[in-house]
Amino acid sequence: MATKLNLKELSKREDRLAPGHRLCAGCGAGIVVRQILAAIDEPVVLANATGCLEVSTTIFPYTSWRVPWIHNAFENAASTMSGVETAYRALVKRGKIPEQNVKFIAFGGDGGTYDIGIQALSGALERGHKMMYVCYNNEAYMNTGIQRSSATPLGANTTTSPAGKVIPGKMQPRKDLTAICAAHNIPYVAQASPHNWRDLMEKARKGVAADGPAFLNVLSSCNRGWRHDTSTTVEVMKLATETCVWPLYEVENGVWRLTYKPKVKKPVTEWLEAQGRFRHLFRPENQYMIERIQADVDGKWERLLKLCGEA
Amino acid sequence: MSEFKALDGTGAVAEAMRQINPDVVAAYPITPQTAIVQTFSEFVADGLVDTEFITVESEHSALSACVGAAAAGARVMTATSSAGLAFMWEILYVAASNRLPIIMTNVNRALSAPINIHCDHSDSMGARDAGWIHLFCENAQEAYDTVIQAVRIAEHPDVLLPVMVLFDGFITSHAEERVEIFDDAWVKAFVGEYKPKHSLLDLDHPVTYGPLDFTDYYFEHKRQQVEAMRHAQKVILDVADEFAKTFGRKYGLFEMYRLDDAEVAVVVSSSTAGTARAAVDKLRAQGAKVGLLKPRVFRPFPAQEMVAALQHLKAVGVMDRAISFGSMGNAGPLFLELAAAMKIYDAGVPMADFVFGLGGRDIVPSQIEGVFRSLLQIAETGKVSELVSYVGVRE
Ligand SMILES: Cc1ncc(C[n+]2csc(CCOP(=O)(O)OP(=O)(O)O)c2C)c(N)n1
Ligand code: SF4
Ligand SMILES: [Mg+2]
Repeated sequence: MATKLNLKELSKREDRLAPGHRLCAGCGAGIVVRQILAAIDEPVVLANATGCLEVSTTIFPYTSWRVPWIHNAFENAASTMSGVETAYRALVKRGKIPEQNVKFIAFGGDGGTYDIGIQALSGALERGHKMMYVCYNNEAYMNTGIQRSSATPLGANTTTSPAGKVIPGKMQPRKDLTAICAAHNIPYVAQASPHNWRDLMEKARKGVAADGPAFLNVLSSCNRGWRHDTSTTVEVMKLATETCVWPLYEVENGVWRLTYKPKVKKPVTEWLEAQGRFRHLFRPENQYMIERIQADVDGKWERLLKLCGEA
Repeated sequence: MSEFKALDGTGAVAEAMRQINPDVVAAYPITPQTAIVQTFSEFVADGLVDTEFITVESEHSALSACVGAAAAGARVMTATSSAGLAFMWEILYVAASNRLPIIMTNVNRALSAPINIHCDHSDSMGARDAGWIHLFCENAQEAYDTVIQAVRIAEHPDVLLPVMVLFDGFITSHAEERVEIFDDAWVKAFVGEYKPKHSLLDLDHPVTYGPLDFTDYYFEHKRQQVEAMRHAQKVILDVADEFAKTFGRKYGLFEMYRLDDAEVAVVVSSSTAGTARAAVDKLRAQGAKVGLLKPRVFRPFPAQEMVAALQHLKAVGVMDRAISFGSMGNAGPLFLELAAAMKIYDAGVPMADFVFGLGGRDIVPSQIEGVFRSLLQIAETGKVSELVSYVGVRE
């Protein structure tokens, strides 16, 4: 029987990601990984794209991973895991290893997933490997020093979309990768955030139970890049959901469903104000950007409500 | 037991792959390699192999999936050419550095631009420092034999390096030859079973593959790779000996043809060596003392052995099917490597480079005879008037 998703039970488990790694204090990535791995009772084999999570957890001769783990390169966690998962099937078929209910999980940052790795991801999803791909989405290339990615939200100040005198940060809204993955018609796609741990853990369980590929897009605060206090990681992510900037939903066998609906939809300014990366938007000359962001969020939320049969 | 079949190079490789029946193949089509993946797909579809074939969306993913599968303890193969190999570039290093015994057939084809589907060696030569073993084959038979040997070489515990099996696009890949195909059971017995030491699927002994090295360990890991490359030469020869005992054909680091009493020689690999042999015979019949050395193992480069085979000569001409742009004299990679070796080991033999056949430009016996005539002149005068010349180009 599956372990109950209650904190008392879960806290008894040995962490599959051992403490002592070098992620920054308050980093969302470690929280995301630990929640997902704690939700899964079965043995796991992991792949990791190049990025903060990878560099912080495997500084030779140390490793924080108590489970099998492979890093290949930046853009190919999905194809690497395709190979691992296929090897498993091949070796079981030939009786070389015992059949065990192993779960294959790839972790990639937003850069490694939305941008440079999207081809490998799309290929792996289309081929139908039984694996779960998790994008821990901190909305920029953090490992290389906070450069914009196609997951970076509209208006954010990053080192390659700096808030300048004429251009107020990133001028493009984020790419909707969750919908792109859903368009692959795979069994399970979801968007989640670790502030709602139960929701994330349930989604992780559904993801690895799916009969085919699953994709989780999980918000993952980077206080270095988002510019907030290390103690407010969870609150900032919660605000993303409460403002409908980062809705929590799933697409299970083609059926879209909101898994959390804010009672009151907060204005985006509450989420923007909480982070230094948006500070410049509050200058009078950039007021139009805040309006643009609100309109963008509203439009996408309305569409999502329709897809989920809520409107 | 064996039988003879009419096969082209791609068919011969596909036959070897069928007999090896690897656990996993991940590959992507590109001319002139495509026939390998197509033929192998048919074997999979018809149940002649029970390999899991990953129909990846690119060569980058092909090799990435091979890395994942090999780290998971599978015997893994792939095949590519030209742009495909170039696209794999980053992962070539990852595969070698993680010491994964992946076997890849690369059918040599020119690199773009201009896009050109025909043979030259610029693709694999561009990847010569990536840490793979490079084995050049002259014809379909050698390709078949070499793929079988490659498995044993790559997986040898003293080596654990990926191997590239190389032969000429179209010339070898698409020309039908009489190829001796051994009994399935013999090949199966020869390659044996792969027993990986560290596997991602050994759940009781979790391993971390591909960690981050800082300045304190990276160098040592590279140094270990050097050691593996050093061991490779002996293993290549041991495997060749065992292959000869089992199957009868003998392979070495390189092949020598009428070299013992020669005064000048051409060094050329792959299919052109066959053409060069004809030129040697013709000139020998006319009394010229000419010979041939055909490199087989390009990585690890058998420097001392080659020098020993060539140092009695009065002139050596290297024929390169690639250019190392901007290098000394804009010479080809084979020349640069061999010239360095000849100097270091004090051969004292004048040398010249003859670049030929880029983008599949034909090379005919009369042109190689011309190369020999230039070499005979160098031998006579002791002077190299042109360090690098181009055979068969319109100037
Ligand atoms: C092919 C390639 N291009 C660029 C890089 C440099 N690089 C390493 S990590 C990284 C950004 C990672 O961003 P993301 O995937 O979002 O992960 P994060 O560090 O934010 O967790 C970049 C650009 C690389 N390693 N490989
Ligand atoms: S830079 Fe950001 S993403 Fe990277 S470890 Fe620190 S907090 Fe985490
Ligand atoms: Mg990121």
